[in-house]
Amino acid sequence: MITFDNVNKRYESGQDALVRVSLDIERGDMVFLTGHSGAGKSTLLKLLTAIERPTRGSILVAGQNLNRLRNGQVPYYRRNLGIVFQNHQLLFDRSVFENVALPLSVAGCSKREVGRRVRAALDKVGLLHKEKHNPIVLSGGEQQRVGIARAVVNKPAILVADEPTGNLDPQLSAEIMQLFADFNAVGVTVMVASHDLELIARMKRRVLTLQAGQLIYDGIPSREPAYS
Amino acid sequence: MNQRIHNSPRATRTAQRPPAERGPGAVAARTSLGDRWHSWLGHHREMAGESLRRFFATPLASGMTALVIAIALALPAALQLGLVNFQRAVAGWDGQPQISVFLHKDVRDSVVQSFADELRAKPLVADVTYISPDDALAEFQQSSGLADALTGLDSNPLPAVLLVRPRNTASADLEALAQQLRDSALTDSVVLDMAWVQRLAQLTELGRRLSAGLALLLALGVLLVVVNTIRLHIENRREEILVVKLVGATDAFVRRPFLYSGLCYGFFGGLLAWLLVAAGAALLSGPVAGLSASYGSGYTLHGPGISYLLGLTAGAALLGLLGAWVAVARHIKAIEPR
Repeated sequence: MITFDNVNKRYESGQDALVRVSLDIERGDMVFLTGHSGAGKSTLLKLLTAIERPTRGSILVAGQNLNRLRNGQVPYYRRNLGIVFQNHQLLFDRSVFENVALPLSVAGCSKREVGRRVRAALDKVGLLHKEKHNPIVLSGGEQQRVGIARAVVNKPAILVADEPTGNLDPQLSAEIMQLFADFNAVGVTVMVASHDLELIARMKRRVLTLQAGQLIYDGIPSREPAYS
Repeated sequence: MNQRIHNSPRATRTAQRPPAERGPGAVAARTSLGDRWHSWLGHHREMAGESLRRFFATPLASGMTALVIAIALALPAALQLGLVNFQRAVAGWDGQPQISVFLHKDVRDSVVQSFADELRAKPLVADVTYISPDDALAEFQQSSGLADALTGLDSNPLPAVLLVRPRNTASADLEALAQQLRDSALTDSVVLDMAWVQRLAQLTELGRRLSAGLALLLALGVLLVVVNTIRLHIENRREEILVVKLVGATDAFVRRPFLYSGLCYGFFGGLLAWLLVAAGAALLSGPVAGLSASYGSGYTLHGPGISYLLGLTAGAALLGLLGAWVAVARHIKAIEPR
């Protein structure tokens, strides 16, 4: 589903953010991406979401070569991704419902369809009763779940999350991770970048570890964290 | 364009189904073409409504911007209206040049009549009016207020006059006609009264160019006002633009609300400009009517009619749209997720 082939990313500042990274993620996989800050996690996600372009190497997502993606095609490519941000990126000038509906109105869904899908997504994250609230009144965990509802409302093939539990306590973090696992269980390919090694270890999923832009570990950790 | 990654039918799946049954993969929203069209129209409607809401949500700020636009547009519009009124006022003594032919005093009336008929037959002549010495005296007495002094004269000092209206107003033709008239034995003198006509035409042209130049300059001003206002809007909604771009909004989608906002500013600016001009015309119409009455004319000031309303609002809305387009083209590209 996601293939990185010898991907290099050098920023204009001359910094090598990724060095010859190759990886292959199967359809329906759930993968964690770890590493110190500055190791290249964000860069990898930016390449995956077509925010940045690789300097060298190729990236294939669902058979589509991102190198050949024209700028005008990027929006349509992104509609197939669900993206969850660390700071959830909700808009506080509108209700929870409208926040979640954003990807659908962008894609041009009919009103009726929007209502149905938004409620389904909010139901899945357990926030159906708060659809009319402004997200600013919600707790951190609830805000993140609204962010996840927004990411999955378009039924994306791939769900990408950048530090989704960054600001949450362990209990909430575990709930959020379980949500991702649930989406994975219905066939969504999930990639989660996270610092939370303990939580990752408990999930018993495939882990990719980056260090200084290089992929130094790829496997399912037994007990020890992949790096210390 | 098919934006979906896969072609598997997307049905509503229950969470219980194992991944294996999910077919070749999860699939993004599928939207039929008809739905898309409706949604596109819907988005336009929504954005038009939203831009109106935003406009009235901050009435003071929006009102001031609209007023700046209105004042800038009212100026050339008022000048233009003044020009139109001036032209209408002088239309009575319109641009038609006229040749006054003063005849010798001893020419008999019947000879003058046949001379007038002869002139009427000429291809260069449109019309000839004969003013006999008696008529001329009566008119002079009436308009000059010197009736008492004139009755003291023993004989009529005024000559017979033929007012010749030429068919052609080209100056070469006029000169030729004047020459022909001068050559006639009956003619004492010929006055080709063109200078004031030309002056009037020049003056009107001057006014027209002045108002056009002013309009151009002020339209540019309006454009800049809108560009700046929309630029601020874009800055204020920077976060929103980033988010919608990340969830797959096309540039056109991002642009739309701002373009409608520009349209809004222009439209209301134009409307206000019309109201300003109309109010000004209403204020001036009393004195103008009084003034023209004192000159014995029934002329009344014409206010800006429906054509001004349509022209101003449409033109200003277009300017607003253009300004918004400039702002959007410059600033939305710069807001990309990093």
